[in-house]
Amino acid sequence: MSKINLTIDGVRYEDEVEPRMLLVHYLREVAGRTGTPIGCDTSNCGACTVLLGSADGEQLSVKSCSMLAVQADGSDITTIQGLAEAGGQWHPLQQAFHEEHALQCGYCTPGMILAAADLLRDNPHPTEEQVRDGLEGNLCRCTGYQNIVRAVLRAASQGVGS
Amino acid sequence: MTAPTETVTGEIGKRRARKEDARLVTGQTNWTDNIALPGLLHVAFLRSPQAHARILSVDVSAARRLPGVVAAFSGADFAAEQGSLPCAWPVTPDIVIPAHPPMATDEVRYGGEIVACVVARDRYMAADALEQIDVDYESLPAVLDMESALTEGSPKVHEAGNKSFKWVFANGDIEAAFRDAPVVLERTYRQQRLIPCAMEPRAVVCAPVADEYTLWSSTQIPHVLRVMLALVTGVPEHKLRVIAPDVGGGFGSKLQVTAEEVLTLLIARKLGRPVKWCESRSEGNLSAHHGRDQLQRIKIAAEADGRLRGLSVDLLADMGAYLMLVTPGVPLLGAFMFNAIYKMDAYSFKCTGVFTTKTPTDAYRGAGRPEATFGIEHAMDDLAAQLGIDPLALRERNWIGHSEFPYTTIAGLTYDSGNYEAATAKAVELFGYDDLRKEQAERRESGDPVQLGIGISTYTEMCGLAPSRVLGQLAYGAGGWEHAAIRMLPTGKVEVVTGSSAHGQGHETAWSQIVADKLGVPFEDIRVLHGDTQVAPKGMDTYGSRSLTVGGIAVVGACEKVIEKARVIAAGLLEVSGDDLEWSPGRWSVRGDPEQGRSMAEIALATFAAHALPDGVEPSLDSDATYDPDNFSFPHGTHMCATEVDTETGQVRIRRYVAVDDVGNVVNPLIVDGQVHGGLAQGIAQALYEEAAYDADGNLLTTTLADYTIPSAADLPTFVTDRTQTPATTNPLGVKGVGEAGTIASTPAVVNAVVDALRPLGVTDVEMPCTPQRVWRAIVAARGATA
Repeated sequence: MSKINLTIDGVRYEDEVEPRMLLVHYLREVAGRTGTPIGCDTSNCGACTVLLGSADGEQLSVKSCSMLAVQADGSDITTIQGLAEAGGQWHPLQQAFHEEHALQCGYCTPGMILAAADLLRDNPHPTEEQVRDGLEGNLCRCTGYQNIVRAVLRAASQGVGS
Repeated sequence: MTAPTETVTGEIGKRRARKEDARLVTGQTNWTDNIALPGLLHVAFLRSPQAHARILSVDVSAARRLPGVVAAFSGADFAAEQGSLPCAWPVTPDIVIPAHPPMATDEVRYGGEIVACVVARDRYMAADALEQIDVDYESLPAVLDMESALTEGSPKVHEAGNKSFKWVFANGDIEAAFRDAPVVLERTYRQQRLIPCAMEPRAVVCAPVADEYTLWSSTQIPHVLRVMLALVTGVPEHKLRVIAPDVGGGFGSKLQVTAEEVLTLLIARKLGRPVKWCESRSEGNLSAHHGRDQLQRIKIAAEADGRLRGLSVDLLADMGAYLMLVTPGVPLLGAFMFNAIYKMDAYSFKCTGVFTTKTPTDAYRGAGRPEATFGIEHAMDDLAAQLGIDPLALRERNWIGHSEFPYTTIAGLTYDSGNYEAATAKAVELFGYDDLRKEQAERRESGDPVQLGIGISTYTEMCGLAPSRVLGQLAYGAGGWEHAAIRMLPTGKVEVVTGSSAHGQGHETAWSQIVADKLGVPFEDIRVLHGDTQVAPKGMDTYGSRSLTVGGIAVVGACEKVIEKARVIAAGLLEVSGDDLEWSPGRWSVRGDPEQGRSMAEIALATFAAHALPDGVEPSLDSDATYDPDNFSFPHGTHMCATEVDTETGQVRIRRYVAVDDVGNVVNPLIVDGQVHGGLAQGIAQALYEEAAYDADGNLLTTTLADYTIPSAADLPTFVTDRTQTPATTNPLGVKGVGEAGTIASTPAVVNAVVDALRPLGVTDVEMPCTPQRVWRAIVAARGATA
């Protein structure tokens, strides 16, 4: 067993984990952050995407199924459950996904929103094509992506990544 | 009738953002895999690595000895209690329905069939223990090709042989139609095998308490599942509660009674402890049912001007290794759709269901209708090319005119309404048909290596499954009704209980809109309850684009009963006769004296108090209704696709896609557009990207999302969608189904566009999916043939 220290959605965790435990299983089953789902076992679908950074650094999107919990030692993680502001105000991406009907079953949504947050951080004013290319690693089976693209462009127009 | 613009006065027709989203965008979801219970154990299944083999022995003893392992079982441990997985659709009297034990006992017939299981304290321990199970197999020959499976001397999948059934339908004199026909078109098309790939993998949890069980499953059909689990396992129906919590997509793949659901229940019963099973994606690709997989032989007889005389369809449909819940019925839904929107003198349909050593097939979005629509729409384009006439003109020459409705088709269905002229005219305009044809001619003229193709699909489909009487005639094992109940709460809030079981469709929002209009209560004051047999005790669940056209109408019926009960109680409160009251949404008031009245909230509170109800009136406004449709619903539309095909690389790019759909009246345009977008993506995916591929030994090659390439945002265009609105005449809301229309229409539109681009090169078909390699090979083959 290995000891890890990390922060998830603003709360500090210290746990003993098996070295082989995937980060996504740690998030879901040890930390109880079940808002992050699992959609595949080959890192293709992106449903398990979270934002991860060092304690003082910038957060980047990672697929939490393709990382071990021990590799996240010392990191600061934001899941979909920590994206809204304290007090419950939704992040503009959450609001945009809702208003543009960018989700149906909602299973890909946490990963899609967090991948989009990273995309806009990297490129605050993307073109439609850049949004489509930027979200290539996140699969959705319900929406045909049309409204997801709209939602991300809408959030961009509201200055999310700026 | 066609209403080009939507006028909205109430909730119905409003672009309401969904109620469901609040939990889904914040991660407060309740997927089955999220369920945690004290002492919950994890199940892992060992699956056959071979397509076809005899099981000589299974030894689970080493697995049992590992720390953390609570139990390990082989098929023999369940032999006395596991029964056979149900097939509810024995389509012919002499159909072969082989025994289908949830856990194989003596033979495996597809790679992925369950042979053993482990129950352990966590999923890692369970996975470790699986590796300690020793199974001895004797390999048997794989049976992979339908045509050779039916030949004398083929290895057998089942003792009874490889033919499950042959189903035939005929109307009109088909021989006369072909005799001396000026034009005959003969084609064979292949419908490749697909994997539905809902984003949420399947998962099951079962918790026993004494001799009662609660089972959570990522299912589309909690009500059907409860009945079937009771019948298969002997757990009495009243001691089994089935819950479909948040379900992450289905597309037909969760319209099933699975081996894993049965076994999870049996394991919980054996151990008396709560257990969970969650599949991995690769496990799901192997063992959750597949879709499509047909060989279609199509013959059309026509006059020289293109008027259709007769259509003959002879299908081979791959059942896979076993018949699951509705496996044999899926291709037969297509029997009524090959004739599509066209008039003709004669029609003949034959379908042979064939067993192979592959994963069983069953419903996948559209279930039989996409296959049929592909066949006829591809053939219509081919016929137009053969006759040298515009494919739109050929369709117009043959389709049912809007003044001819209701129209009874050659397949025996009565289409209540439609306006193919209006939908097509709108699509032509939005698409820029004439300009694109001009550009196509220029590119052909100049020998541009990137050719432009235009594909058309003027589809209709039958959905809103289904009139129970018709299902009975087709030998289906259940009815097609739906149930709804309204509970009026003392404070005037409303709970709507529905037997529809949403898994992404947005019923909580759409049903709220319907009830808000009918009862005149605010949208926000309504909550919709579903997906739990204890909360919503009656239902036929969600598939076949049936929820709004059947379940939604049941909601309307329940509302009407509430309103009538409220009239009686309001009359008592106002001390007038019920006949003297008039209803305006949300309020009963005295005719001619509208000041004198009671709102629904006031009536609800007075009913709760029950102090001053008329004699003999029960203190309840609650009502329920069960609706059985008289007919299917027939959405239709015209889709047009322009593709750019690089003749040097075979690369296909969708340049423009226009979908004009007519789904009757629209409850929520936002949701309808979303359904169309998603449907288009899956239909385009069949045309260009997806195929469940097997190697020569019967191993599935596409077990991951790296191999089974469902499209990403980068692979799809922005769609242009619009509607015409011809209300259904068969239900009080005038609505038609929309869940499958996009998928049904789009596959032939895209393939027709690919082929159209290449016709000058001599290409007449490209097998799906039209990957660059397939397209390039088709070009090379055609060049070779013409050289």
